This record gives sequence, structure tokens and C-alpha cells, in this order.
Amino acid sequence: MSHERRLRIKTLVMVLLMVVCANFGDLMLKRGMLQIGAVQMSPSGIWVALLSTIHNATIWLGILFLIAFTFCYMTAVSWADYSYVMPAGAFGYAVQTLLAVVILHEVVTARRWFGVVLIVVGVLLVGQTHPSTTAPKPVAS
Amino acid sequence: MTRLILMLVFFICCSTGGEIAMTYGMKQVGEPQGFSPKAVLLFIGRAVQSGWVWFALPLLAASFYSLLVLLSWAPLSVVIPASAFNYVVGTFGAKYLLREQVSPKRWMGVIMVCIGVSLVLLT
Repeated sequence: MSHERRLRIKTLVMVLLMVVCANFGDLMLKRGMLQIGAVQMSPSGIWVALLSTIHNATIWLGILFLIAFTFCYMTAVSWADYSYVMPAGAFGYAVQTLLAVVILHEVVTARRWFGVVLIVVGVLLVGQTHPSTTAPKPVAS
Repeated sequence: MTRLILMLVFFICCSTGGEIAMTYGMKQVGEPQGFSPKAVLLFIGRAVQSGWVWFALPLLAASFYSLLVLLSWAPLSVVIPASAFNYVVGTFGAKYLLREQVSPKRWMGVIMVCIGVSLVLLT
């Protein structure tokens, strides 16, 4: 397998893992913050919110997913460009829409489908460029 | 409204700044030799010795906490499209700070992704 093909495949795997972890993480955080309620922007309000987040299991689950996302992200950018990895991760929004239609039988508007098409074409365009345009660094031992 | 915009700007600055610093640090660390537990631990060990990674962490933590605050102030459908602007700001950072070669094709892709994400989440 050529070096470039190997680079593309391992970057794709990492980006897919990033998408899964980030989506689950965001979902858990939103659910946790809904349980806590609106944060008051005063010293005591921020302190109370901080304590509430620490004691919320849903927030912790979200944090675990986001730690996994961070690890995948750190691994991906150790070999690929930031401007390659970052937009490729947006593919998750297209997947979310497809899942909403297939699993939840949601009705999706034409505008949203247009957005999905833009994301997919945008990710395909970025995917056609070389994953790494900076000088290669030595492999970690 | 003003505090929402200020918090969004703070979120974008911390998020993009943190990710660019993290990328710079990880480029110095180099890629992992494999995905065995030993190789992953060695990789993490190298990463935690990078000053740029430590510089990135508080920025990413600040972006994370500002995202929590934004989510408690506004619905996801408002917060996420606004933060989609991260894609454009991040690409400028990649070009001018990380010296990545951003071709017209990649720029086109980034802009389409940015508009697409906003359209998907605004509906």
C-alpha cells in the first residue's frame, strides 16, 4: 500500500472516531446542562454551576466521550493538516441528518438537505487535497 | 444579546487558538508508532512533555466551559451555527500560523462545509 493511501485511510478512521465521540459527547452535555438549568453569570452563580456539573453523571459521560474525541484529534493532527482534519469532522452533521430520517423518521426540510449536500461536497473537496502539506516530523518512539 | 455575542467570540478565540496550539505541539511530538497499549502510552507520554500541548489545554478548557455557558443560554440550533465560523477562522490560522498549504480546492471545501453546517443546524 502506498504511503499516501495509508495516510488517507488512517486519517479517515480517526476522523470517523472523532465524529462518533464528538456527537455523543455534545448530546450528553446538552442533556446534562438541561438538567442543571441556566447558568447565572455571577461569582456565586458560576460556583453553583461548577458544583452542579461536577455532580452530574450525564456531564461526566459527555466529558469521557470528549476526552476520547481529544485523543483521536491529537492523533490525527500528529500526521495530518489541521485544515484537513477540522472540516472533515463536519461530516458528522450530515450523518446526524441521515440518522434523523432513517431512525427517527423526522421530516427534513429542503434547506437542511441542501446543507447536507454542501457539507458532503465540501468534505469531498477537502478530502481530495493532500492530507499533510507540512514537512514530516520524526515518528514518536 | 451582547453578552451572547461576546461569549461566542470568546468561545471561537479559545477554541481555534487551542486547536492550533495543540496541532503545533502534536506535529513536534510526531505520530504514534502503533495502537498497542504500550505505543499509545508512549505517545501520550511524549505529548504531555510538549509545552504547546500544555498551552492548548487551558484554552480548550475555557472554550469547553464557555460552550457549556452558551448551551445554557441559547438552544443548540443557535450556538452551533454561530460556532461554525470556527472552520473559516481555523483555516486562516492553519495557513498563517501553521504554514499549511491551503489550496483553492481546500478553501472551497472549508467554505462549503461552513455554510452547510449553518444551514443544517438553522433548520
